[in-house]
Amino acid sequence: MAETLRGRAANWLGLVPFIVFAVLFLILPTLYIVVGAFRTPEGAFTFQNIIGLNTASIRNAYWVSIKVSFMSALLGCAIGFAIAAAITLGSLPKRVRGPMITFSGVASNFAGVPLAFAFIATIGPAGLITMYLRTEWGINLRVYGWNLLSTWGLIVTYLFFQIPLMILIITPALDGLKREWREAAEVLGATGLQYWRMVAFPILFPSILGTMALLFANAFGAVATAIALTGPSLNIAPILLYAQIRGDVLGSPNLGYALAFGMIVITGLANTIYIVLRIRSERWLK
Amino acid sequence: MNKVFAWIAFLFGVLYFILPLFGMAEFSLSMRRGVYSLDAYRVVLADPQFQATFTFSVVMALVTIAFGILLVVPTAYWVRLKLPGMRPWVEFVTLLPLVIPAIVVVFGYIRLYNTSSWLPMTGTATGTNILLMFGYSMLSLPYMYRAVDTGLRAIDVATLTEAAQSMGAGWGTILARVILPNVLPAVLSGAFLTLAIVIGEFTMAALLDRPAFGPYMQILGANKAYEPAALAVIAFAITWACMGLIQLSTRFSKHTRAMS
Repeated sequence: MAETLRGRAANWLGLVPFIVFAVLFLILPTLYIVVGAFRTPEGAFTFQNIIGLNTASIRNAYWVSIKVSFMSALLGCAIGFAIAAAITLGSLPKRVRGPMITFSGVASNFAGVPLAFAFIATIGPAGLITMYLRTEWGINLRVYGWNLLSTWGLIVTYLFFQIPLMILIITPALDGLKREWREAAEVLGATGLQYWRMVAFPILFPSILGTMALLFANAFGAVATAIALTGPSLNIAPILLYAQIRGDVLGSPNLGYALAFGMIVITGLANTIYIVLRIRSERWLK
Repeated sequence: MNKVFAWIAFLFGVLYFILPLFGMAEFSLSMRRGVYSLDAYRVVLADPQFQATFTFSVVMALVTIAFGILLVVPTAYWVRLKLPGMRPWVEFVTLLPLVIPAIVVVFGYIRLYNTSSWLPMTGTATGTNILLMFGYSMLSLPYMYRAVDTGLRAIDVATLTEAAQSMGAGWGTILARVILPNVLPAVLSGAFLTLAIVIGEFTMAALLDRPAFGPYMQILGANKAYEPAALAVIAFAITWACMGLIQLSTRFSKHTRAMS
């Protein structure tokens, strides 16, 4: 008995390095922020920091962040789905599929500062497309309200990694659609549209919605692209937090913790939705 | 109709991916007025700041990979062998870095390990470098762990361990000479992904004030016109190379498995 107990204790010993690492460099730092969000500078418990988030500027930062993340997730899902459907189900030549998947792997990892540079060079004020349209066609994008250093500029830039991520995640799900389901629907007299509306889409829906939540969290936590693209000028939550960490722009360290805590809550919620829907979708797509 | 729609979607995707890449490549070649030249690349590559920050980030990535392998391979192996009941929990912890934004974690580091704390890591340059390395290991944990765990699934961990033990091998020998060679392709694909993430990482390096490649690119981007595009091309080539190496290592693993 003592022998097995000692053996069990020894088993746990093998997990110690991992636990120490995770606690020191992941869990403790996060907890410090979360606890700090509910503390006064003197260390007493308070809701004042959370309430303090409700100012016009911070509300606006969160709102713009949510808008950018939501729109880039929604468009990323829609466009990514269309492309994934085209390379899996659409009658495209088989050989376009491999390169598209490989490229998606690269593009979904091409984020951060260089991505911002690529878009500045393309549709920035002096970018390739901007200049081409102006000199060859006399179209001045600025007159039409286009500005890369804006909310929509950020959305268009984020799509460069959102679309490939959607393609990578949804392609296996589309492959999981069984041919028999389509045949069964056709035998019963369903049109293509009916098959999609009443069979395929309901099966794929949890996957699509789940991936959208993942894309949302992906965009919400992105800092580097936004800073390289717009500098500190755009008021979104990650940039505000970045400025707060660098120089306490909010004038209260604990308000900074609350701002970070709000970000954890939002990405945490989005990821929970993703996990729940992913489990649901695995019921059909095995 | 179906076919037309498929082609439209596909071509839209190709354009969306190609145009920015084309744009940055064209821009990076346009430093000299009127003709294409490699001037921007020449200027960037000759910049001592570029050389210093790039070297810093590459070394950082290599150290992160070494630490990641030392941490993840024994842990994933041990969990599979002795604590299978803990697998979902360990896996959950390894996925947390995808949930908690990196900027929040590094915020915690700065407050927890500053000069007046119990573990003043940010007090010295070396200490901060080590802290940044731990941060990068944390960022790459989801990818590293998943890659290694998938690799371990394909081999019979228990039998290999017993066979090695019956021949007198200790834990160190088992891990280094039996388990690691068997999951090497998986470890490599985790390592290349880590490389791709660490080399251009911005947020952590900037907030910890380390002279890394990511912050260097950002500063250059705020001050120069053509050089940033050249940097973007270089960064894209690195990402592409890392992904290519990952594909190569997984293909290698299929090859060896087919042979055995």
